[in-house]
Amino acid sequence: MQRVFRHPSSAAEELEVIEPSKLAIQNVSKSFRGASGGVLALDQVSLNVAEGEFVCLVGASGCGKSTLLNIIAGLEKPDSGTVQADGKPITGPGRERLVMFQEPALFPWLNVFGNVLFGLKLKPNLTKKDRHDVAKYYLELVGLSRFERANIHELSGGMKQRVSLARALAPNPRVLLMDEPFAALDALTREQLYGDLQRIWKARNKTIVFVTHNVREAACLGDRVIVFSPRPGRIREEFAVDLPRPRDINSVDLAVHSTEITKALKSYGQPEGAIAQ
Amino acid sequence: MKRFLLAALFFAVLLLIWEALFRAKFWSPVLLPSPKQVAVYLETAALDGTLAKAIIVTMRRLLIGYLIGFVVGLPLGLLTARWKVLQDTIGTLALGLQTLPSVCWVPLALLWFGQTEAAMLFVVVMGTLWSVVIATETGVRNVPPIYSRAALTMGSKRLHMWFKVILPAALPFIVSGMKQGWAFAWRSLMAAEIFVTILTGFGLGQLLHYGRELSAMEQVIGIMIVIVVIGLLADKIFFSPIEKFLHRRWGTSQA
Repeated sequence: MQRVFRHPSSAAEELEVIEPSKLAIQNVSKSFRGASGGVLALDQVSLNVAEGEFVCLVGASGCGKSTLLNIIAGLEKPDSGTVQADGKPITGPGRERLVMFQEPALFPWLNVFGNVLFGLKLKPNLTKKDRHDVAKYYLELVGLSRFERANIHELSGGMKQRVSLARALAPNPRVLLMDEPFAALDALTREQLYGDLQRIWKARNKTIVFVTHNVREAACLGDRVIVFSPRPGRIREEFAVDLPRPRDINSVDLAVHSTEITKALKSYGQPEGAIAQ
Repeated sequence: MKRFLLAALFFAVLLLIWEALFRAKFWSPVLLPSPKQVAVYLETAALDGTLAKAIIVTMRRLLIGYLIGFVVGLPLGLLTARWKVLQDTIGTLALGLQTLPSVCWVPLALLWFGQTEAAMLFVVVMGTLWSVVIATETGVRNVPPIYSRAALTMGSKRLHMWFKVILPAALPFIVSGMKQGWAFAWRSLMAAEIFVTILTGFGLGQLLHYGRELSAMEQVIGIMIVIVVIGLLADKIFFSPIEKFLHRRWGTSQA
């Protein structure tokens, strides 16, 4: 598989479906100093993610799943271990790996269109028209074409996350990192977004790492579900979900998977506040 | 339209009360002229050009001083927000000096610069500068870290980050600092002009001062009205539209 790196020079090229990345995480540890002493957020975590794979990380809060996501994003550095994307070490943030956060990190000083354009403006070699075409394409993809002139505060929670998704997709990253993006939304909106996300993932062919504490959500979206246990943050088990797509969150087959995963989660769960080891 | 009529009615009532007080000879007519006398003064001053000249002199001092204060204050505020050392030094200095009414600078300005335009400018700059520094610093410190994290992943850094993320995100704070700086500058300039006669230009404050010297209360009150109107206009023409834009974009409530 020969990959040619080049700068896109037209909207059409920019909109090409590009090859997704492969991620290799090896023996990554990370600790934080908190008020109550050091916390080992990640302890010798290793994980491989294949090109175009949809991987979900689940676990109780404090299990380090978000930390791992931030490390892959390049926003944080591991204390030890290596993280590689396509065989190259990740040294900092980069637009091949874009993040969608739980709270909409949309910029209130820009309207919807301006937010989607933000990342595109940082890509070289695109004309103004290219950028506009690309932004319009992604707004269409998330179903918000009618709202391109809207201000951020005028949108509902679900719409905000759609804009966030469009903004993260617009620079055409190889990897999409999602940090509990739907946690703050109501159930109905969430179900819609599960459908949309699976459709978009298929259409744009991305590697997705998706952090959640919602097991059903993980089983619905992921090819694989990686289960973490907290204090110290470790990968305990992983489950392959081989159901056909698009998946319905309410299907019985899915419930079978999520029950199994939940059981595993509970088996090594500790009461809140308990000190591990 | 209804709101406008209501406001017009309110000011008409104010004028009537004033006129009534004048007719009742509550105070001596020397101390309280009638609205008509004030209007006549304003008309003659407008026609013979003294008013326009004074307004130009005052506004020039104000605008130049304000601009200097803003242009110096904004980067200073950004720097103090960025580096702890500067926060502890310049930031603390700014906080201290902001509590100092800027008219307190007038004696010093006179000693340093003499009776010159520079003295006036200095006072205005001191009125503006510290408010802008503090507001910018506070604004930058209050930018949610998630904005810069999101921008970082999209490839924004250094100057781009400052100009396209941090500054716009801090805009609501900066604008309120600009507004406060404007108010401080305006007040201190008036005080300075009343206090000191500068031969290079005869501003509104000086007109007011000489009105008092000549016991021409219609001049004093007339100039006060002009000062109020200028303040109102600055708000309506300059700050109001910016604030409206901020409210619309950010979705903060507006009365």
